[in-house]
Amino acid sequence: MMASSYSAKEEDGHHPGASGAGGAAANGRKPDNTAFKQQRLPAWQPILTAGTVLPAFFAIGLIFIPIGIGLYVTSNNIKEFEIDYTGTDTSSPCFSCYQNFSWNSTLPCKCSLPFSLDQPFESNVFMYYGLSNFYQNHRRYVKSRDDSHLNGNLYSLTHPSKECEPYAHRDNVPVAPCGAIANSMFNDTMELFFVHPNETRSQIPLKRKGIAWWTDKHVKFRNPGGNGDNLTAAFQGTTYPVNWHKPVYELDADPENNGFINEDFIVWMRTAALPTFRKLYRIIEKKSSMTPTLPSGNYTLEVTYNYPVHSFDGRKRMILSTISWMGGKNPFLGIAYITVGSVCFFLGVVLLLIHHKYGNRSSSPDIAS
Amino acid sequence: RILTRDSPLALMRVPIQCLRKRSNCIVTSKYNIITFLPVNLFEQFQEVANTYFLFLLILQLIPQISSLSWFTTIVPLVLVLSITAVKDATDDYFRHKSDNQVNNRQSQVLLNGILQNEKWMNVRVGDIIKLENNQFVAADLLLLSSTEPHGLCYIETAELDGETNMKVRQSLSVTSELGDPDKLAQFDGEVVCEPPNNKLDRFSGTLYWRDCKYPLSNQNMLLRGCVLRNTESCYGLVIFAGPDTKLMQNSGCTKFKRTSIDRLMNTLVLWIFGFLVCMGVILAIGNAVWERKAGSLFQNFLPWDPSVNNFLFSAFLSFWSYVIILNTVVPISLYVSVEVIRLGHSYFINWDRKMYCSHSNTAAEVRTTTLNEELGQVEYIFSDKTGTLTQNIMSFNKCSINGHAYGTCTMQKNKDFSSWNPLADGGLCFYDGSLLEAVKTGDLVAHEFFRLLSLCHTVMSEEKTEGALVYKAQSPDEGALVTAARNFGFVFCSRTPGTVTVHELGRPVTYTLLAILDFNNIRKRMSVIVRNPEGRIRLYCKGADTVLFDRLHPCNHELMNITTNHLNEYASDGLRTLALAYRDLTEDEWEEWAELYRGAGRTVDFREDRLAAAYEEIEQDMMLLGATAIEDKLQEGVPETIAILSLANIKIWVLTGDKQETAVNIGYSCKMLTDDMTEIFIINGHTVQGVREEDAMKEEETQGLGKACSLGNGFSEKPKNPTSPTSLLESISGEFALVISGHSLAHALEADMEYEFVETVSVCKAVICCRVTPLQKALVIELIKRHKKAVTLAIGDGANDVSMIKTAHIGVGISGQEGIQAVLASDYSFAQFRFLQRLLLVHGRWSYLRMCRFLCYFFYKNFAFTMVHFWFGFFCGFSAQTVYDQYFITLYNIVYTSLPVLAMGIFDQDVPEQRSLEYPKLYEPGQLNLLFNKREFFICITQGIYTSVVLFFVPYSVLSHATQSNGIALADYQTFAVTTATALVIVVSVQIALDTGYWTAINHFFVWGSLGSYFTILFVLHSDILFSLFPQQFNFLGSAQNTLKQPVVWLTIALATVICIAPVLAFRFLKVELKPQLSDTVHTLLFHQKKRKPGVSLGRLGRSGSHRSGYAFAHQEGFGELITSGKNMRLSSLALATFASRHSASWIDTLRKKKHGNIQNTPSTPPAPNFNCDC
Repeated sequence: MMASSYSAKEEDGHHPGASGAGGAAANGRKPDNTAFKQQRLPAWQPILTAGTVLPAFFAIGLIFIPIGIGLYVTSNNIKEFEIDYTGTDTSSPCFSCYQNFSWNSTLPCKCSLPFSLDQPFESNVFMYYGLSNFYQNHRRYVKSRDDSHLNGNLYSLTHPSKECEPYAHRDNVPVAPCGAIANSMFNDTMELFFVHPNETRSQIPLKRKGIAWWTDKHVKFRNPGGNGDNLTAAFQGTTYPVNWHKPVYELDADPENNGFINEDFIVWMRTAALPTFRKLYRIIEKKSSMTPTLPSGNYTLEVTYNYPVHSFDGRKRMILSTISWMGGKNPFLGIAYITVGSVCFFLGVVLLLIHHKYGNRSSSPDIAS
Repeated sequence: RILTRDSPLALMRVPIQCLRKRSNCIVTSKYNIITFLPVNLFEQFQEVANTYFLFLLILQLIPQISSLSWFTTIVPLVLVLSITAVKDATDDYFRHKSDNQVNNRQSQVLLNGILQNEKWMNVRVGDIIKLENNQFVAADLLLLSSTEPHGLCYIETAELDGETNMKVRQSLSVTSELGDPDKLAQFDGEVVCEPPNNKLDRFSGTLYWRDCKYPLSNQNMLLRGCVLRNTESCYGLVIFAGPDTKLMQNSGCTKFKRTSIDRLMNTLVLWIFGFLVCMGVILAIGNAVWERKAGSLFQNFLPWDPSVNNFLFSAFLSFWSYVIILNTVVPISLYVSVEVIRLGHSYFINWDRKMYCSHSNTAAEVRTTTLNEELGQVEYIFSDKTGTLTQNIMSFNKCSINGHAYGTCTMQKNKDFSSWNPLADGGLCFYDGSLLEAVKTGDLVAHEFFRLLSLCHTVMSEEKTEGALVYKAQSPDEGALVTAARNFGFVFCSRTPGTVTVHELGRPVTYTLLAILDFNNIRKRMSVIVRNPEGRIRLYCKGADTVLFDRLHPCNHELMNITTNHLNEYASDGLRTLALAYRDLTEDEWEEWAELYRGAGRTVDFREDRLAAAYEEIEQDMMLLGATAIEDKLQEGVPETIAILSLANIKIWVLTGDKQETAVNIGYSCKMLTDDMTEIFIINGHTVQGVREEDAMKEEETQGLGKACSLGNGFSEKPKNPTSPTSLLESISGEFALVISGHSLAHALEADMEYEFVETVSVCKAVICCRVTPLQKALVIELIKRHKKAVTLAIGDGANDVSMIKTAHIGVGISGQEGIQAVLASDYSFAQFRFLQRLLLVHGRWSYLRMCRFLCYFFYKNFAFTMVHFWFGFFCGFSAQTVYDQYFITLYNIVYTSLPVLAMGIFDQDVPEQRSLEYPKLYEPGQLNLLFNKREFFICITQGIYTSVVLFFVPYSVLSHATQSNGIALADYQTFAVTTATALVIVVSVQIALDTGYWTAINHFFVWGSLGSYFTILFVLHSDILFSLFPQQFNFLGSAQNTLKQPVVWLTIALATVICIAPVLAFRFLKVELKPQLSDTVHTLLFHQKKRKPGVSLGRLGRSGSHRSGYAFAHQEGFGELITSGKNMRLSSLALATFASRHSASWIDTLRKKKHGNIQNTPSTPPAPNFNCDC
């Protein structure tokens, strides 16, 4: 983007006397005549001229605006539906669950939220849960885990790291999985029902695997003693976190998705960068090319309300979204690209005008002074 | 033998036993092997920055505070400490080496009656040592005896005070008889003397020997640093040794020099530190609020630590945690990087072939590597004269005989005189065929001209071997004149107190020397009265044209005019001129005057004045012969260098121990003073401290200065003096120069005059201080440093320049001449004065530019890096969670971003070296400190903060809702960290690419290499293997792969980069476009039209016919008397015994009296006489 001129510095590149002074050089005090030592290395000397800067601005403009438009359109084509089921509102079906939460209750509180989709979701639909005001990025929270423990290290399993305190031991029994992150694992369960026009409900199958990073699932997280069947034995001598209702080896019936390699658990353990975040919960796979994955119509979200957010004014959401090459709906990127592109283009024009008006001055400098 | 000393106040004798231990060993090194580690570490931890990092390290060990792992601080700290330690060790090693070299010089010490070779360092106070001709004096010695008659010996003190003429020292008569070692061994005198001090020209003490007291003065002392000349050998008693010697006392204490950038940097670091505390406080308050509002409610998921039970304590801890996290705004690698860059620049100076002098085979040498960028900011240069500006070689250059100018044609190198004159000296460079012809054909005036030169002088000759005459001239001027006469056939052969023998065109002629009318400063001439073998009496006189022309016979008028023209011509070439004249005396006239002269000589009171009057009497009605012009050979390229440097707005001062006339002459010849200067003020009031009646004189002097001020300032209310040059306008626009003598300077430097003096000199373009002592040189520099806040550079070659070299911000030593004291004390040394322009305009300018660019970028990148944490604080509950991976934080400054900026700091160039010499104005930004100052710093950190905002909020906005293309949410912490870090590395790399003006292969390698290393290290750190080995430490497993394959991430990075860089680009473009700096223009110009010729004429070599006195004899009075008294003659050569009868009084007493009188009584010449009387 800048003018270039490859020029070995032309001046006095050659010392005619160099050969004559060979005798002096022989005793080593005369500095070597190398380009490096004489600071004459060939070099590219870019300079900011109108010829380089202005095209650069126009180029940025011309590249960014189309990209921005493309991103914007793509983003707009993505279907996204979001429903807040926290239940702060008295009219909300989950209000009672929100209000009457107690850690000790054994009876799950259930609520169902009806909603309708105006447009059909054509391709695979991704179901997320979103939390707000939840500081998964708090320093003490982030470090409150033991990766070696989660990686199935047997020693760590029974000797959780200090970092996990105060969730390392419960009644002097090591906790598995230890730490604040694991302890606060999101444990609402959601089920989605399509309400047919005839008021009958059919449950939409939710795929619970494939929601975690491949590396997490296959490398980072491992059950102690390998991913064998006998998880109960593997976790012998440990107890489950205080906020949990069941031990880690009962997270799922599928042995491929149980224990530390339970994907819901893995997803939760990948802490969010910001206090408002969403995490992938389930995938609704497209069945046939004929029918949309989620046709427009009425739906019901059945929530088993286990996760308390009332104390810290948190919010819980359920999000349904389709995906494009660039991920989910993201209008910001497109708009930002269009804006930056336009500003650059505009700057280019302004600089061009300024250059036209004042630029000639620089070619006749008062150097002689 | 017991030697004692006392303080002058309390005459208390200290037995020498304790002083005896004083050895002559000089130690300038700081460490030895054992003390190195503790002392060096202690010194390093005196650096605020290092202590600060140590403190951080300790903080990090507290688990509640530790927001980073311990290695993020200790790795850089250890790196920094060890690099500095290695450098210090190397420096000290070289100091040890040079100390050893000096300390191991050999000298002959008389031990138990036998002369033994001893190293200098083993010489002790009280030892008697033997010196031989041309040896350096090892310590301050009391001269006991010498091989010359009367215990005389000659020394050259150039190393000490810069004066090159020889000086005479004489031993006490009682000790001068102790000629041989046996007698000396029995010498058991006792010396009581003043304590060691730095006064070179004073010594007082008493010798107690054989129950007698003998006063000792400086006349009996040989000081360390002097060189014994023209004396076969001598013996001396060591009075002061090692650090007590006057030389060492004068060298002042070694100060650690810091550059102004260093100081600025320290201030800025303190500011940043304050800023850091502010941020810490803000975030701690935020933490308190958050913990109270949100954190306390969030305890179900994240309970407070048991020890931290309330939000205030939590805030307190969070403050320290943030201090740790944000510590990278005070960049630890800053100091070490700066050192590395300076080291690089130093090597470039060492390697510069254009600063290599093939003649003396010395390359430039950087002795202090920490000052380079200050070379780009010099405003004042203080230069020594002898040996620095001049070569200290006088050459007979031109002459005008009877109205004919000779030697004007181009110099033919070294014509062989020996063909017709076997006694000719091959060393003379002057040759003019027509003159030789004139001499051969018997031109009487030419003969008389050279006869004068061969007779009228105080040179001593010595015939070492047959036909090889060696002249011992105590001033090089005289030597040159006599040598010139010698080559033209008038060979001065020998002298006795009463005769002078000259070979005139091969024929020996002996003249009877009737009188020597000696030189002194007021007379500015010397004469001899001789009787030739035919019995005719003739007075030969040579002297300053101004005085001589007044005493010519009226019939010389026409010739005088012609000669005056010639003299003007010579003077404007900066040559030292002398006019020559003779007068025939009749026997009666002579007798009559001789009576008067003897009468004057006999008087006790006002002998001086009476003699002067007598001289005046006879030096009348003289016939002009012609004039000579002697070149005080300048070093190569001096006028050009001075011209270029003054075009670069550098003020050049000459500080010399030499005479005013000599100094002014050199000022002219090297174009410091020019005839088109409006006014040259000369201040040479003499005042002696302690004398009350001098008040009036001081007043006068003050007036002189005041006048100068009112002229110089131009803005003072009204010109008080009607004679002052007319209009205000003129006095503003005019160029002024100031010549001030050491005596006046002493007053000017007093507290009450200081300010006025500075005011005056600051309007002067050139200042010459003559007759200054080494200490005064330092004081002048101190004054300028204090008042002008300007960067000063001192350049000199002798030991007398050491104090000034050490005082100035930058000291430069000229090497390759005699002596190495100046070089040892200097920061830079090279062989030729002209290399100074390259040192300043090329290396200095580049160093400054590079350092400024480096610092700007460095602060920028650290702010961009660190401030992201600050913004993140608002989104993570002010919990001191880092945005980046801990390895990234550790490696960012030392791996990912260090090398490109180092490469820029070492290799960058804005304009080629050739151009910075062609356009000296390019030097100005450095003097004005435009490239890096507080304003620039704020711009840099603003840019850094802006970048950090972009780097945090763009990923924040994009990623908070984004998902991967497989539906997994992107906003997890690790993805965010990788995205931000990658964007940061890319943005700062693009920024360095913009900042780099000179892309060598190395820059390419480093910039691309840094980017490459970032990605490589990233992938390695996030790899499976490391995780499986240390799952706790490398838990970012897979982040790099997962994150960097997302198009959204790359789009985010591109967006952030453009948002960061585009404004900078636009801003820079506008700056070049609307307010181009000269360097931009030159650069652009070069780019557009490479072949355009520069329109700068170097050096305004204007000449006009001004008339200056050229009598610039580096001459000392008293030698005439010395000769006629015959004291300095070897007995063997004293054929005639006449000497005994005349002037039997000890010449040395008279000499001393005279000198004393000079100081006491000589009234000051009126201040500011105008030297510039146009005619």
